[in-house]
Amino acid sequence: MDIQKAFTKEHLLFLLDGLWVTLEVAIIAIVASFLFGSILGIIRYTRIPVISQLVGIYIDTLRNLPLLLIIFMGYFGLKELNIDLPITTSVILSMTIFTSALVAEIVRSGLNSVQPGLIEAARSQGFNAVQTLWYVILPLGLKRTIPPMVSQFVTVIKDTSLAVAISLPELTHNAQIIYNKEFNATIPILLLVAMIYFTINYFLSLVSRYLERRLVG
Amino acid sequence: MDFSFLQVYQDSFINGFLMTLSVSITALFLSLLIGIVIATFRFSRVTLLEWIGTAYVEFFRNTPIVIQVFFFYFGLASVSINLSKFTVGSLGLAIYTGAFIAEAIRAGILSIDPGQMEAARSSGLSYVQAMRYVILPQALKIVIPPVGNQFLNLVKNSSVLAIIAGGDLMYAADEASVDYDVIPIYIVIAILYLLITVPLSMVIHYLERRWATDRQRR
Repeated sequence: MDIQKAFTKEHLLFLLDGLWVTLEVAIIAIVASFLFGSILGIIRYTRIPVISQLVGIYIDTLRNLPLLLIIFMGYFGLKELNIDLPITTSVILSMTIFTSALVAEIVRSGLNSVQPGLIEAARSQGFNAVQTLWYVILPLGLKRTIPPMVSQFVTVIKDTSLAVAISLPELTHNAQIIYNKEFNATIPILLLVAMIYFTINYFLSLVSRYLERRLVG
Repeated sequence: MDFSFLQVYQDSFINGFLMTLSVSITALFLSLLIGIVIATFRFSRVTLLEWIGTAYVEFFRNTPIVIQVFFFYFGLASVSINLSKFTVGSLGLAIYTGAFIAEAIRAGILSIDPGQMEAARSSGLSYVQAMRYVILPQALKIVIPPVGNQFLNLVKNSSVLAIIAGGDLMYAADEASVDYDVIPIYIVIAILYLLITVPLSMVIHYLERRWATDRQRR
């Protein structure tokens, strides 16, 4: 182990470059899959005929496949169909498609947890189905999704590291380049990178706990 | 679509499938063991054990499995400890999944109404008896579905082995894709994964629904 050779300024800046790519991919994938997944979840919840079944097949298929396979499909697979996306876009696309299925399930079970009595009350006040969904079911149901949703987002940040398999220049990939060059730096570099992921994700889980206490309490 | 790779790479696909299955099953038992031990630590009255339990769960839940596997593979190799890829895979998956299982067990036990423990203790049961006959049987039904979900994640995560050329299903796909079109290969691989994960999901769903109604009935 050689700590001095591991933590040079050059290496730290190179890791920082990787961290930006990790954060860029993770943040865009999180926002996109939150939006797309919520729509899918609401479709599942409202049981719109045919569409709901199709969405169900989409969710169940993706949930049962490894993300790495989806990342390969989104990169090498699309290439074979002559769709040449930049590598970052391709990873964002794969992660969004995969994560949306998981977000949809979280949203659906959150909405299902709203007491039927509250829905009946809203309807008998003269709210129509859309108003009931918008003003009663969504605000109450989405609150309960906060803890599982945040832990899903943490998973997205962690899983961007899978893109090391297609050489996306993110944090894990840049770490690998460093210790392939400086063999003795492997353990210090991996520990540092682990601490970087840990700091971001632990902070997110603290925020989640805080929100949970404030909103659900 | 050209599926002729199936003849050439038949053996490597079968071996990959078996590797994924055996790593997953080994890691499944190990992770359950780790999960139970760490959950017990978190309920321990010994501050040090409780602290170790919490640190374990928080650290391993919040760092990527890829980094953990790299640590066991490249990290240990850099100090001349060479583990086989099977060991690295099972160990990495078990340590990672163990943290999630520990948390699921803890949440399950905490969800049992404290009145249950008080009632059991005041009717003369010891702490251990109260746990054994009152708390754990109820907690088990709450714990099993989320633990099952972790097993599902474990099988899917076993694909990280491919990144260290671990001879699993995903790696077999990667190997074959050098000579053949990738889309037919990915379709076959997807079906092979679904062969493992779909039955597992169905069992989890079944247990979830059965035990949910059981709780409502009470």
